[in-house]
Amino acid sequence: MSDKQPAVTQATLVKKAAPKSDYKPADVSPQRRVQRTFAVRLWSIRHSRLLEWFYSRFADVFLLLHPLWKGIGYGRVEAPVKFVEKRVKGFMFDCRMCGQCVLSSTGMSCPMNCPKQLRNGPCGGVRANGNCEVEPDMPCVWVKAWEGSRNMVHGDKILTVQKPVDQSLRETSAWLRVTAQAAAARETIQNPGASA
Amino acid sequence: MTARQLDENPAGIHLPLDPLPGHTSRGRLERVLRRGEFAVTTELNPPDSADPEDVYNRAKIFDGWVDAINAVDASGANCHMSSVGICALLTRMGYAPIMQIACRDKNRIAIQGDVLGGAAMGVANMLCLTGDGVQAGDQPGAKPVFDLDSMSLLETIRIMRDNGKFLSGRKLTTPPQVFLGCAVNPFAPPYDFRPIHLGKKIAAGAQFAQTQYCFDVPMFKAFMQKARDLGHTERLFLLCGVGPLASAKTAKWIRSNVPGIHIPDAVIKRLEGAQDQKKEGKQLCIDIINEVKEIPGVAGIHVMAYRQEEYVAEIVDESGVLKGRQPWKREIRRDDQIVAQRLDHILHDEITETQVDMVKTAH
Repeated sequence: MSDKQPAVTQATLVKKAAPKSDYKPADVSPQRRVQRTFAVRLWSIRHSRLLEWFYSRFADVFLLLHPLWKGIGYGRVEAPVKFVEKRVKGFMFDCRMCGQCVLSSTGMSCPMNCPKQLRNGPCGGVRANGNCEVEPDMPCVWVKAWEGSRNMVHGDKILTVQKPVDQSLRETSAWLRVTAQAAAARETIQNPGASA
Repeated sequence: MTARQLDENPAGIHLPLDPLPGHTSRGRLERVLRRGEFAVTTELNPPDSADPEDVYNRAKIFDGWVDAINAVDASGANCHMSSVGICALLTRMGYAPIMQIACRDKNRIAIQGDVLGGAAMGVANMLCLTGDGVQAGDQPGAKPVFDLDSMSLLETIRIMRDNGKFLSGRKLTTPPQVFLGCAVNPFAPPYDFRPIHLGKKIAAGAQFAQTQYCFDVPMFKAFMQKARDLGHTERLFLLCGVGPLASAKTAKWIRSNVPGIHIPDAVIKRLEGAQDQKKEGKQLCIDIINEVKEIPGVAGIHVMAYRQEEYVAEIVDESGVLKGRQPWKREIRRDDQIVAQRLDHILHDEITETQVDMVKTAH
C-alpha cells in the first residue's frame, strides 16, 4: 500500500544526484523502451471479439495440422513457428513471448506488458484517468483488458485465477504447446486408458 | 495476579493460541473478527535502523488500541527494516503482526521460505500484496522481480496451508497456520471490475482485506453495495483503510503524486478552510470512520497514520469504534513482576550475597 511521502521523494533526490551527461535516455522503464507506441495493441483490444473468433478458428487449423507437426517433429518446427509467432503477436499485441499465452482470458490485452507483469488483474495504483502508475502515459493493461473482455463471447474467462508464469517456458511457442496439449487431450478422450 | 487477557496463551504471550474450530490461524485477529467484533488494525512505520528498541517503541504507542499491526514490506519501494524482521521482534513481545509480503522483491522460492519462517515465529496473519514498482522508491535501479502476483501469492500460501504442499507439490511436514489477507483499492479504475476482482482474490484464498485510504465515502458505499450483492462480505472480512491528512498541502501532494489514492475536492476544501489543518485532518478521519462503520459488511478499520502514529490511539478512542472493548495489551505478568523486583533488589539495594552469607541466613 502506498504511503504518504514528504514533498521531495527519495526517488527525486536520486534522479537529481545522477551524473550529468549528454546522453539521457527517455524517462521510461526498460520494458517500455522496447515498444514506444501502442496503437496496434489498442486496436486489437477494441476488436477483441473478432480476434477471439479468429483465434479459435486458427487453433482448430493448427490442431488439424497436428499430424503434420508430429510428422516433421515438434522440436524441428518450433524454430520457424516461433519466428512467425513472435513477429505476428509482437505486432498485434506487443507480445513478450512468455510462452504461455493467456490473451483469450485477458480481453486480448497482453498482461506481460504490465510493468509488474500482473496476470490476474490490476494493481491498486491505476491512475484516475486509467493510465499506469509506472508509465503515466500508457493506458493500464488491465483497464484495457477489462474493456476488451466485455466485448468477447467468453469474456468471463478473465475471472479464472491464473497460475504464476513458468519462467522456464519463456521464448517458446505457445501455439505449438496448446496444439500438442489439445491433441493429447483429444486422444485420451478417443481411447481412454491408453495414455494412463 | 492480573487476570489473563482474552486471546492470550497462559503459557506465554509469544505462544500461539489454542486452535478453534473453523479458524485457520491461531492468532488474535482472526478470533476478534470471527467473534463479530469491530476490528482495528494499524501500520507500523518501519525503522531505518538495526535497533530492536526502535520497533518496540513504535509498537508501544498502539498498545491496547489495535488488534493487529501491519509490518510493511518496503512500502513505496523504499528500503526499510524487512517485514520478516519486524514480525520476529513483534511476535516475541506478544503482538499480533500482519506480515506483508510484496511480490516486488522476492521470487517464489524466497517467498515460500519466508512464509514458513514467519509462521514458525508465530505470525498468524499474512497480507499478500503486489507491491509498488521500483521506480517509486529510493532505489529505482533495482531489479523488479514480480515473479508471483498478489493473486498467485494468495493461492500459493493457501495451498501451503490447506494442502500442506509447496507450489512444486513437495510436502510440508507442518503447514503454516495463517489468516490470509489481501489489499483492495475501490478508488482506482476499472471501477466496475474492482468488486469482481475482489471475488477473484477470495477464490484465490483471501479471508480478510484492507482497503486503500478511503476519503470518498459515497464511492466506498457503492463499492460495498456491489461487494454485498456478489456475496463477498459473507466470505471475507473487509477492513476499511482510513488515515489523517496532515494538511491541505499534503493532501494535494498525495493526490497528484501517489497513484491509487483518491482525494475528492471537498476534502481539500474542508482542510483549507480550517484554522488548525492537522486537527481538522484528524477530525475528518474520525468523521469518515463514523460513516464507514455503519456500512453493512465493514468488519473493521485499518488506520494508516504515516508519521502521525501518535494519533492512532486518539482516533480510535474518539471514534468509539471499539465500543468499550480493549484489544490485547502487553502487561507485566505476575512472574515477570517477581523477577523484576528481585533484580531490582539485587541491583539497587546495598547487599552482598555470598554463598556463606546465604548459608548463615538459611539457618
